[in-house]
Amino acid sequence: MRDIAIIAFAQLPNRRRHTDREEVELVQPVVAEALERVGLNKSQIGFTCSGSSDYLLGRPFSFVSALDSVAPWPPINESHVEMDGAWALYEAWVRLQHGDIETALVYAYGKSSLGSLRDVLSQQLDPYYTAPLWPDAISLAALQARAVLDAGWASERDFAAVAQRNRAQGKRNPNAHQVGDYDVDALVAEPYLVEPLRKHDCPPISDGAACVILATAERARTLVKRPAFIRGIDHRVEPHFLGMRDLTESPSTRLAAERAGAAEGKLDIAEVHAPFAHQELILQRALQLADDVQLNPSGGALCANPMMVAGLTRLGEAANHILRGDAGRVLAHATSGPCLQQNLVAVMEAE
Amino acid sequence: MSQKPEKEQDPNAPVTQLLTPVRLDYTVVAGHHLSQYLRGFAEKRILGARCEGCNKVLLPPRGACPTCGIPTAGIVEVKDQGTLTTYCVISIPFGNMPFAPPYIAGAVLLDGADIPIFHLVRGIEPDEVRMGMRLKAIWKDEAELGPTLESIKWFEPSGEPDADYETYKEHL
Repeated sequence: MRDIAIIAFAQLPNRRRHTDREEVELVQPVVAEALERVGLNKSQIGFTCSGSSDYLLGRPFSFVSALDSVAPWPPINESHVEMDGAWALYEAWVRLQHGDIETALVYAYGKSSLGSLRDVLSQQLDPYYTAPLWPDAISLAALQARAVLDAGWASERDFAAVAQRNRAQGKRNPNAHQVGDYDVDALVAEPYLVEPLRKHDCPPISDGAACVILATAERARTLVKRPAFIRGIDHRVEPHFLGMRDLTESPSTRLAAERAGAAEGKLDIAEVHAPFAHQELILQRALQLADDVQLNPSGGALCANPMMVAGLTRLGEAANHILRGDAGRVLAHATSGPCLQQNLVAVMEAE
Repeated sequence: MSQKPEKEQDPNAPVTQLLTPVRLDYTVVAGHHLSQYLRGFAEKRILGARCEGCNKVLLPPRGACPTCGIPTAGIVEVKDQGTLTTYCVISIPFGNMPFAPPYIAGAVLLDGADIPIFHLVRGIEPDEVRMGMRLKAIWKDEAELGPTLESIKWFEPSGEPDADYETYKEHL
């Protein structure tokens, strides 16, 4: 395996709506910022990979329009995944293993503000058995939350505590937009949104974009002082049909973490992609995080949840701690699909 | 006489139809550049964006230049006349046709722009149309103008001499 590192991360401040930006206007600024951080220009990028979903914008081939942001002419070596950008990063990491290129650029963008996100997300369900019933994203998360409550290891109060902690941490993150100080007692007194979930247990709807640059070890050392070396990265998927899964657990996360070598050393920080409060509790168990691991200093997806971007953002935020020098070993997790369907875990270290 | 046994349903018969209607409503946002482009048509103006990297004028205007990857540097107005760089003659009828066939669709490189736009060409017979022809926009009446390319009804020959191939060969 070639050692690959994250050397730059840039993100657009997440907002409920970026009204005046279409694809290129979302992506171009973050691509430019990431490249500038490491002093690279576009012609020095060996491979470009993006993550987005045309369903969000309701615009076929939106992902092709977005390519103008990375100067695709004359033609570049490029790929796209209809998933969170974390999976685009995985593809770029695999591409770098081929050995013929030294750098890769990954970007993701999501504009959820144009349609009814709850309904749009129903279209990722099984088209014959599940999607015709139009279960919306919050209701599916509520089914999972109910299963967790019935399993008896967490309470609605525990959900509220997760929301309270993340939103307080998010106050320090200028790119988050659903932040603040809340009182757990007051939160559990709020009415339900979709029982047993209250509004605070759910993520905000966000528009956003992010960009990560990867480089081989040798190249990374020449470009930044402290590259965030990806020591392990793995992703796993669970059955499409929700009824076949135990929604109270995340075996795909557990396996991905094992394969990524999460337990092979002490972790300083974990950035976990849990759009719903109860999902952070499920992930914490699956990842077996020690008590002294700082969890989601960015505030996580409960403070800003740009679809297709929030997972890549976890990788970028985690890498930033190494790039800046305030952590030595970090874990990043990304999820995609309903009820933690697919999960990716990466472990990054300083040299 | 034995009675014909009742036909049993074939358990392996395929289910041939399953209706799952999908309707999703979106409020499309054109973005900063495209919004200006569209509004321009309501004022009989055609607006592009200049890239300072390659000094080309992109039409429609975009947030970034696909060659240089840098943000474009402002909106510029281009002329409502230009050169036909290529065309085709539609002879086969299909749905949503603007006119009875045969009619001409062409790529028009407007004066001041570096990317041709596609539109209809009228006022000339299909067997007389040719690359390099000079065309002018035929706008709708003032009262009918709107933020759409359809504010231009079509392009017609302007009567100027044909443009030299060298002047548009890079825009084919």
